[in-house]
Amino acid sequence: MAKGIKNEVAVIGMGCTKFGELWDKTSSDLIVDAYKEAMEDAGIEKKDIDAAWFGSCVDDVNVGKGGFPLTKALKLPFIPVTRVENFCASGTEAFRGACYAVASGACDIALALGVEKLKDTGYGGLPDFGTLMGTESRITSTNMTAPGGFAMMATKYFDKYGLSPEEGKRVLAHVSSKSHHNGTLSPKAHLRREVSVEQIMKAPMIAWPLGLFDCCGVSDGSAAAIVCRADMAKNFRKDPIYVKALQIAITSAEEESYKSWDGTHVETTTHGAIRAYEEAGITNPREEISMMEVHDCFSITEFVTYEDLQISPRGKAREDVEAGFFDLDGKVPCQTDGGLKCFGHPIAASGLRMIYEEYKQLQGKAGERQVENPRIGLTHNLGGFPHMSVVSVTILGNQL
Amino acid sequence: MAGITSYGAYIPRYRMNRKVIFDQFGWFNAANASVARGEKAVANYDEDTITMTVAAATDCLNGKDNQEVDGLYLASVSLPFAERQNAVIVSDALDCSSNIRTADFGGSLRSGTTALLSAFDAAESGRDIMVCASDSRMGKPGSSQEYTFGDGAAALLVGSDKVVAEFKGSFSVSHDFIDYRRLTEEKFGHDWEARWIRDEGYGKILPEAAFGLVKKYGLDIKDFAKIIIACPVAAALKELVKILGAKPEQIQDNMVSNVGDTGAALSLMMFVAALEEAKAGDKIMVLSYGNGSDALYFEVTDELEKVKEGKKGIKGYLSEKEDLSVYGKYLVFRNIVPLEVGIRGEEIPPTAMTVLWQQGRAVSALVGSRCKVCGTPQYPRQRVCVNPDCGAVDQMDDYRFSDKAGTVNSYTGDNLAFCWDPPQVYGSVDFEGGGRIFLDFTDCDLNSLKVGMPVSMSFRRKYADPQRGHYGYFWKAVPVK
Repeated sequence: MAKGIKNEVAVIGMGCTKFGELWDKTSSDLIVDAYKEAMEDAGIEKKDIDAAWFGSCVDDVNVGKGGFPLTKALKLPFIPVTRVENFCASGTEAFRGACYAVASGACDIALALGVEKLKDTGYGGLPDFGTLMGTESRITSTNMTAPGGFAMMATKYFDKYGLSPEEGKRVLAHVSSKSHHNGTLSPKAHLRREVSVEQIMKAPMIAWPLGLFDCCGVSDGSAAAIVCRADMAKNFRKDPIYVKALQIAITSAEEESYKSWDGTHVETTTHGAIRAYEEAGITNPREEISMMEVHDCFSITEFVTYEDLQISPRGKAREDVEAGFFDLDGKVPCQTDGGLKCFGHPIAASGLRMIYEEYKQLQGKAGERQVENPRIGLTHNLGGFPHMSVVSVTILGNQL
Repeated sequence: MAGITSYGAYIPRYRMNRKVIFDQFGWFNAANASVARGEKAVANYDEDTITMTVAAATDCLNGKDNQEVDGLYLASVSLPFAERQNAVIVSDALDCSSNIRTADFGGSLRSGTTALLSAFDAAESGRDIMVCASDSRMGKPGSSQEYTFGDGAAALLVGSDKVVAEFKGSFSVSHDFIDYRRLTEEKFGHDWEARWIRDEGYGKILPEAAFGLVKKYGLDIKDFAKIIIACPVAAALKELVKILGAKPEQIQDNMVSNVGDTGAALSLMMFVAALEEAKAGDKIMVLSYGNGSDALYFEVTDELEKVKEGKKGIKGYLSEKEDLSVYGKYLVFRNIVPLEVGIRGEEIPPTAMTVLWQQGRAVSALVGSRCKVCGTPQYPRQRVCVNPDCGAVDQMDDYRFSDKAGTVNSYTGDNLAFCWDPPQVYGSVDFEGGGRIFLDFTDCDLNSLKVGMPVSMSFRRKYADPQRGHYGYFWKAVPVK
């Protein structure tokens, strides 16, 4: 394996808008808001930016294709801007583009920004996948939505490990309830109230066995990062955050059409995590990771991710969940800001929003939800469906 | 001599008790109490005459080689497409050869037997024809037709080898007798007084055909073990028995009490039901009705017993039923009233006909590929083998999944997805012999599903794009009863 980019790149500034149903904001407004906070945080000027990576996923209800939406909103001065899209990993993909540009020496300072406005569709949930996945899929794919795609993983997990729907739903309810608690401590979150396990269990069914509170919110938002070469980071601030690993893994199609995948985990997370730990030099993630933000589009997603990231052994996530291992005061707090569960999932903004949380935690600036003495933070972004997915795993640290 | 070599039928799973209709519209026309008896078969929201035909034809083939079929005729007065041949959609779904003769027959309820007679003509020149008839006619709310019309399909394979019912002859009469009529652009038809239809229509035209037949072949009405009279009106049928001089036990049940008047399919469905009970040597008369009548004369052979194994037929499908007690569902499934589908339901991206053409058998017959190197079946069709330990390039044979059994690998019932009958149930299916496909499920209740449950493939209407005049057909999984 190539040596990777460990300790080559530092994050020196970040911005994140409030997430929610931002009826009074345009995508351009959100871009400017995230950018402004990041620039002020980094203490740099527009002329310092050598290149930008712009993430947006659902271009037909968002800002349109190309890099123009970013350059036009920010009036960037003829610098290279690349629009990236990789489903729900689009935000992390933008971050990866900026980091690789800096690591390669092509740029000193680069901007990564992701934005999405999902609340312009006129209905709840993500836009219909029939429009997202091309003509062929319309003709032959199932009439699948995101909750349904992930619900099948819960069905299979319950079946494999002998959990009754009631038992399974109760364990998953713990996952969501924990995140809702963290969301109350998170001023930029969309949903900020406690939700009990009983409320979650009784909620209306969205896609069996997943109920309303098993699903993350749908919202508008934007987040941005400014990265530079690690060796120049201290010129900008005393507490830069270093990129330890940045990995993407994408389906080989065998989950979808070959029998080897058991449907109770996400194969791309498994591969992405192995590579990220290798790049970062992490040998015992359960002990070494201080906290993490994983892709909790649905409770079952977060649940199996514990196992795919090798924090919990296979089939044992239930024990950790019930022991409070992932709670804010647990061994490896997960979704310290409330996660997608409370922020909602403006697709291309989510990856950068997760990095924003790790960045603040690692700097000790996470307020009421601050984790004690963190050293290593992990983010995990999952796009598509369990059977056809793209995953990004980012590992960040506050020391070289 | 030519005859029937196999038979099959299909009745949709939903049955609606006619009292449900009377509860809604009895106040308007209390006289309909006379037809508000029994139940009628109602096609599911994803069924139409094409999909019902595929099911009936599959029941008819029942393991017979689809490459032996030299033609497919489809008779109906409720075919989805006025232009775009409906029959070829069926033959493609059955994965028949493309070098066959396909044709739609319509215009009259008699078209089922007319297609059959045309197939016997073709059999003379050595062609084996699959003759199908299917109807799903809509009676206007409040009309007597709303009670009597039912949905169903029949399929008969015509040939000269291993004939189960020999075709002995026919006699046809044609009259522009306008008892019921409907313009091409109309959803609902118009009738004339029932008493006139009973006396002048059923009462005269059917005897004209029946007596014409017996006279032509020197027979007597008593010679027939069964007489199929496609007359859905009980009173008229009773009169006819007298007029023909037949005994009640010679008359085949007209299926109105438990299926309904299935239009062009009625005579052939009744014929299939008769064959299910027939024995070698039985003479059977089939009398269709519609702007005249075709009378057909058959004699059952001892080959009949050999084809019965494994068929569902009328008997099998009659026993597989689910009560449809919500009248509103009937109105929506059969597109009688518009439903507020919401913005998600309105979002129908255009279908690229180029893509549909490129996909070809992958869509019509669920044909994927099987790797010649490692033997892995895979869908959709691949050029690079999906088996990570193989990965062979361009080493694929076509491999059909639509005729394979599968088991449920996982599933969900999705309330977010737009579906005419939520929740939208779908899941992944592992196929016997290998291969996995994510498919929509139909004709099933979420609560009855289990991981590992057996499923079979069913050709259904996957989506409708009425604004652009298109229906998308594809295969769905149905739990095996």
